[in-house]
Amino acid sequence: MRSSATSRTVLRSGACPGFRQTLFAGAATLLAALPTLALGAAPAAAADITGAGSTFAAPIYGAWGAAAKSATGTSLNYQALGSGAGQNQVIARTVDFGASDAPMAADKLSSNQLLQFPTVMGGVVPIVNLPGIAPNQIKLTGEVLAQLFSGEISQWNDPKIAALNPGVKLPDTAVAPVHRADGSGTTFVFTSYLSKANPDWKSKVGAASSISWPAGAGAKGNDGVAATVRNTEGGIGYVEYAYADKNHLTTTELKDKAGAFVAPNFDSFSKAAAAADWNNAPNFAVDLLDTAGTGAWPIVSATFVLVPTNPKDPARASAVLGFFDWGFRNGAPIAQKMQYVPLPAAVQASVRQSWSKVAGAKVAQ
Amino acid sequence: MSQSVRTATWPAAASAGGARPSGFGDPLFGLLVRLCGLLVLLLIGGIMLVMAFGGREAFSTFGLGFLWSPAWNPVTNRFGALAPVYGTIVTAVIGLLIAVPFAFGVAFCLTEMAPRWLAGPLGTAVELLAAVPSIIFGMWGFFVIVPAMARHVQPLLRHSLGQLPLLHTLFSGPPFGTGLLTAGLILAVMITPFVAAVMRDVFNSMPAVLKESAYGLGSTRWEVMRLVVLPWSRQAVIGGIMLGLGRALGETMAVTFVIGNTNRISASLFSPGNTIASLIALEFPESAAGSLKLSSLLALGLILMLISFVTLFCSRLLLRRGA
Repeated sequence: MRSSATSRTVLRSGACPGFRQTLFAGAATLLAALPTLALGAAPAAAADITGAGSTFAAPIYGAWGAAAKSATGTSLNYQALGSGAGQNQVIARTVDFGASDAPMAADKLSSNQLLQFPTVMGGVVPIVNLPGIAPNQIKLTGEVLAQLFSGEISQWNDPKIAALNPGVKLPDTAVAPVHRADGSGTTFVFTSYLSKANPDWKSKVGAASSISWPAGAGAKGNDGVAATVRNTEGGIGYVEYAYADKNHLTTTELKDKAGAFVAPNFDSFSKAAAAADWNNAPNFAVDLLDTAGTGAWPIVSATFVLVPTNPKDPARASAVLGFFDWGFRNGAPIAQKMQYVPLPAAVQASVRQSWSKVAGAKVAQ
Repeated sequence: MSQSVRTATWPAAASAGGARPSGFGDPLFGLLVRLCGLLVLLLIGGIMLVMAFGGREAFSTFGLGFLWSPAWNPVTNRFGALAPVYGTIVTAVIGLLIAVPFAFGVAFCLTEMAPRWLAGPLGTAVELLAAVPSIIFGMWGFFVIVPAMARHVQPLLRHSLGQLPLLHTLFSGPPFGTGLLTAGLILAVMITPFVAAVMRDVFNSMPAVLKESAYGLGSTRWEVMRLVVLPWSRQAVIGGIMLGLGRALGETMAVTFVIGNTNRISASLFSPGNTIASLIALEFPESAAGSLKLSSLLALGLILMLISFVTLFCSRLLLRRGA
């Protein structure tokens, strides 16, 4: 407990920004253990809204919060505790909204009287540490990626990798897979993709925010995974794209559904978002993995917000929806700068329509 | 401890107040102090109850098999305590194996070898080391020790001792740098000051006449330490070691950084593992309320508390007998 408190102090003072995410889990433990204490500390005015959950979406909500404060007067207090904690807290009604990378199941949504809608999308990318290999020089398929993480392929010069990378001199190094040790929406997205791409992975390992990894080492947060891969020759890990981009990590190309190799970037994420079948997804729980669009990056996901449909205080619920309405209207440039993909306009319109289900909430349409 | 505080407080209070206070001041204060004492008991009992209550679903689902099942699979909802318990005990034992000789050397140097002008600052430095927050050890371990283990220690051990048939498995696996040995090493650095401080106090409390007699008979410093000081203070030293063990068992933040966080049991010292404390810290935020996983984490918390209690109890027992 003492160490958690210490990490929180470091975090608040911002003394060590590079370590933020790594330290989050510690702080999150403390906060998750004391939800009412942590969030009930300051009695909020009507225009102060509280949210908790996804660490993936935390940077964009933070940036939107700062920008929206001057524009709308609504100030946001967002706690990046992790998607699971975000779901727990909105079910317990200790926050005004929860944020989760994994969509909540339809029956759980209705039994807890929650409305779910997506806000932005982002990509997850594999990163490697192979001396002499440039970013996006290595080409992989989902099938092979799963075999690398399951330990089935244990050497980088394996014929299966060589076949995908003719002309590339692959080193005779052991494959050292690195995964997230903390429960994470990123892991959920990544393992969902591996399950979709490799039936063996689906039957033996599966997909969840934390799983029983067949091989490799775990590290905490995107920073932890990136640092461990950097320290380990032959290492392979997965991080959110915004993180890989900011830190110039060695990413790989992946094969899209059409059979072409695609590099991870804003463009290939947008193609995946455009190709998704939004209309037939209940509660907007759309499948953005391995979509059919040409040049679409295969590991893309949306991040979701959960709001109560029977809010205790309709004025606060209106403020929450008003905040995301502002984000949809004015937040796209901020999102793009941070490598998040804004929702397509048609999806934004149907999200706005769904807001009528929140009792008593008023949002300017 | 409580005994000495009490005897110290009463005369001071009496002399400071001059005349004995009348009325209910004394009983009120007495009641207040007793309540404080009781509150500690209530807290401990309450925490245990919450852990046991929260973990009841895990115990009722998996039965006692929870204790020795190596599975930890959130996808299939099968949980067992063996892998984290194994990691907890192995890292603590590695930590002790390194820390005890080191701490003994520190205490020996402080009490027998160092001149007075050096012993003072050195003793303070040991105490300062004990005050370093564990997160600092974690970051130091992650940025300094882990790369060193991956690039130098593991390849070296692999190409030397690793060539021997039985030792081969101890050093196998990809060179992550994280793992049981690294975690044990960090723990050793963290608990050394505690163990050394206890040892120094015990060695210092040794009646001088015993040591002087041995020196008078012509013993060397080492002979005095081995044949007189150690046998005399053996149990208190063991008690101090157990205190260090208690700290090693519960350490969370520093271990989380360097252990590799994988729920697998492997014979290799370099394979990533997990401890109970670090597993709870990592998985807690992503466990849904009312889920079997959350219940299993609370049950693990109970197991860790019980292991720590047994360790502390043993250390108290040995310390009392030694005193």
